Amino acid sequence: MTTVRIRDARKTRRIGIVALAATVATLALTMLSGPAAADDINLDKYDFKVSGNVKLNSEPLEAVALTVAGSGYTVDIVTDVEGRWSVGVPEKGEYTVTLDESTLPTDIAVIDETDDSPNVKEVTIGQSGSSVMNFFIGRGERNQTSFVDQLVERLVNGLNFGLMLGLAAIGLSLVYGTTGISNFAHGEMVTFGAIMTLVFSGMLGLPIWAGIPIAILLSAAFGYVMDVGLWRPLRKRGVGIVQLMIVSIGLSLALRYIFQYFIGGGTEQLPGSDSPQIDLFGSVSLSVIDLVSMAISIAVICSVAWWLLKTRIGKATRAVSDNPSLAAASGIDVDQVVRIVWIVAAGLAGLSGILWAYFRPGIRWDMGAQILLLIFAAVTLGGLGTAFGALIGSIVIGLLVEVSSLFIPADLKYVGALVVLIVILLFRPQGILGRRERVG
Amino acid sequence: MDLLQILSNTVSSILGPATIAYALAAVGLAVHFGYTGLLNFGIAAYMAIGAYGYAISVLTFGLPWWGGVLVGIVGSIIFSLILGIPTLRLRGDYLAIVTIAAAEVIRLLFLTNAFDAVTGSADGLSGYHDSFRAANPLPDGTFGFGPFTYNSTGWWVRIIGVLILAIAVLIVWSVMRSPWGRVIKGIREDEDAVRALGKNVFAYKLQALVLGGIFGALGGIVYALPSSVNPGVYVTSLTFFVYTALLLGGAATVFGPVLGAVLFWVVQTFLSNLLPALVVSGILPFMSTSQSQTLRFILVGVALMLLVIFKPQGLLGNKKELTFVKQ
Repeated sequence: MTTVRIRDARKTRRIGIVALAATVATLALTMLSGPAAADDINLDKYDFKVSGNVKLNSEPLEAVALTVAGSGYTVDIVTDVEGRWSVGVPEKGEYTVTLDESTLPTDIAVIDETDDSPNVKEVTIGQSGSSVMNFFIGRGERNQTSFVDQLVERLVNGLNFGLMLGLAAIGLSLVYGTTGISNFAHGEMVTFGAIMTLVFSGMLGLPIWAGIPIAILLSAAFGYVMDVGLWRPLRKRGVGIVQLMIVSIGLSLALRYIFQYFIGGGTEQLPGSDSPQIDLFGSVSLSVIDLVSMAISIAVICSVAWWLLKTRIGKATRAVSDNPSLAAASGIDVDQVVRIVWIVAAGLAGLSGILWAYFRPGIRWDMGAQILLLIFAAVTLGGLGTAFGALIGSIVIGLLVEVSSLFIPADLKYVGALVVLIVILLFRPQGILGRRERVG
Repeated sequence: MDLLQILSNTVSSILGPATIAYALAAVGLAVHFGYTGLLNFGIAAYMAIGAYGYAISVLTFGLPWWGGVLVGIVGSIIFSLILGIPTLRLRGDYLAIVTIAAAEVIRLLFLTNAFDAVTGSADGLSGYHDSFRAANPLPDGTFGFGPFTYNSTGWWVRIIGVLILAIAVLIVWSVMRSPWGRVIKGIREDEDAVRALGKNVFAYKLQALVLGGIFGALGGIVYALPSSVNPGVYVTSLTFFVYTALLLGGAATVFGPVLGAVLFWVVQTFLSNLLPALVVSGILPFMSTSQSQTLRFILVGVALMLLVIFKPQGLLGNKKELTFVKQ
């Protein structure tokens, strides 16, 4: 399983990948004794293969770094003495091969007049099960992006990712605040939304504007069913919060494997995931989906905020979150509030899953579990049980994950966020907006 | 469908290296969770540290196998200190989140391409067996009886594993009936009361974390002894599976973790043999063989939920002993 998120066929990513490959190569060179020399990777592990060779005027180039990415899988490779490389890949489909130009000899670059980023190529693995990708190398200008452009691009992506996390984190935080459950099955609620969209838009062929609302409604209904079928009876039994937490872990495992049972272990794409790019400024560009996704996140988060601050139920929710017994004593129907919180939380998680499926891109059975810890990090960072803290925490985590990949290898980018989670808990365990007495 | 073969495989799994490894990890978790009340969700990291510590010190530094075991143990102690000193003052559910996050950090560090030359990144590590197998006093060949027929190496792995497990169980049994163990259980029941008695709760918790962590690391080593170290193993699911085994047997018991691990693997092995056979013979026409393998894990999740709700003390536990302290 790889955790690196890839968006193939997109210029936005290409620039990122070049930077990442450069970082990886530099790190590999500085940290280890010599380059991580490998000219064939995972060939015996996977059935499908991408290979090629890198030559300059028919002279092979050794130790040129390449990255092959696609289908949620990334691998770095270095050419051998004869300029050859080959990589085993897990499934048929499209892969992006990126040649790291900083590992070419000076004044040498990949030449292709028809392509503005000639060092990044798409390959498709079809019936034959393998594909060859050769780069044309010559004297010329390299495809480089300025640091500022990269940073801006990462910031925009980070904000997008953070808002997406925020949708899920607000729900998790509300549930925690009102019921005390650290719900480890929240990741599966995220996956549920994405899978329902896949079922209605991908399999049943409904248009996407119909499929997504249906998926969100079903997610909300799923939250209701979970509360009525599982959590409320457990509350009635007076089950302790540690037990509830482990029950949610069991539920998470069961749901995750139920998803795998039905959709299998591969990656599925939602319709419309290859939307056109819009150039913003410099070399920064965003896809239509990214923009729409950010707009939806912001609109939904604002409505939730309005709901929490202005409506009766929203106020009751905050009251229960503050002190359930006192809220009950003042005539608030705690059970009803909790039920509504579950519905809202599950709906938000479902929406977050749909957006996340476009952002990754792709739907996997364990996609929610992949970001569960980031959601927890966001919630903890903001302060357990505070909805707005969760939002701030999410944006910080989103930015951190994306921006940190400028400096550390892409496959370690979640590590930064998790380390921040741990450090925050040391110095300010109540989080940014939490209050001290919440911490025992 | 060969029912006899299925039963034989199932019985054989009682002595499987994976069973012994889970039992060791569960014993460690019993010290953390069952006795001390620490919600450690990072047992997979301890196992990873044990396994990688062993494999890396043999492969990269050329240590003998027992040196690798020591490195694994020392690694787990260092991890306990790094993890415990800052986090043991936190409330239970915070500790859970920190430990699970730390476990992911450890796993991603072992998985990343940046340290490929040492950790083997996604491919993991293998080929560290020479020293361990050279120390094998058993004659070559296959011996045993019935389902317990293994080759010389297989027996050697199992003997060492069972030996380590026996020592671990003995240690837990003896310390938990000592004054130290009573303080530890007191901390689980009521931390403030123990503090009021003048005990340094933090120090006791840290000692418990180190002790359980060593067993976790040893579990990881036993898991790695027969074949290879694969980073895909040490995911958070592994922690949850060990929890399932622990809660099945009884979290606050000496033999519960061992019984739980054995039952867990017996049922897993039985289902992993039986379900595909049922599919192939057409008894379960609505699923494929890979779906039947997934079904086992769905059942693990359901079993974990049911256990915690209906029998939180486990098979061997005493209902009076508060395993789940209400916070």
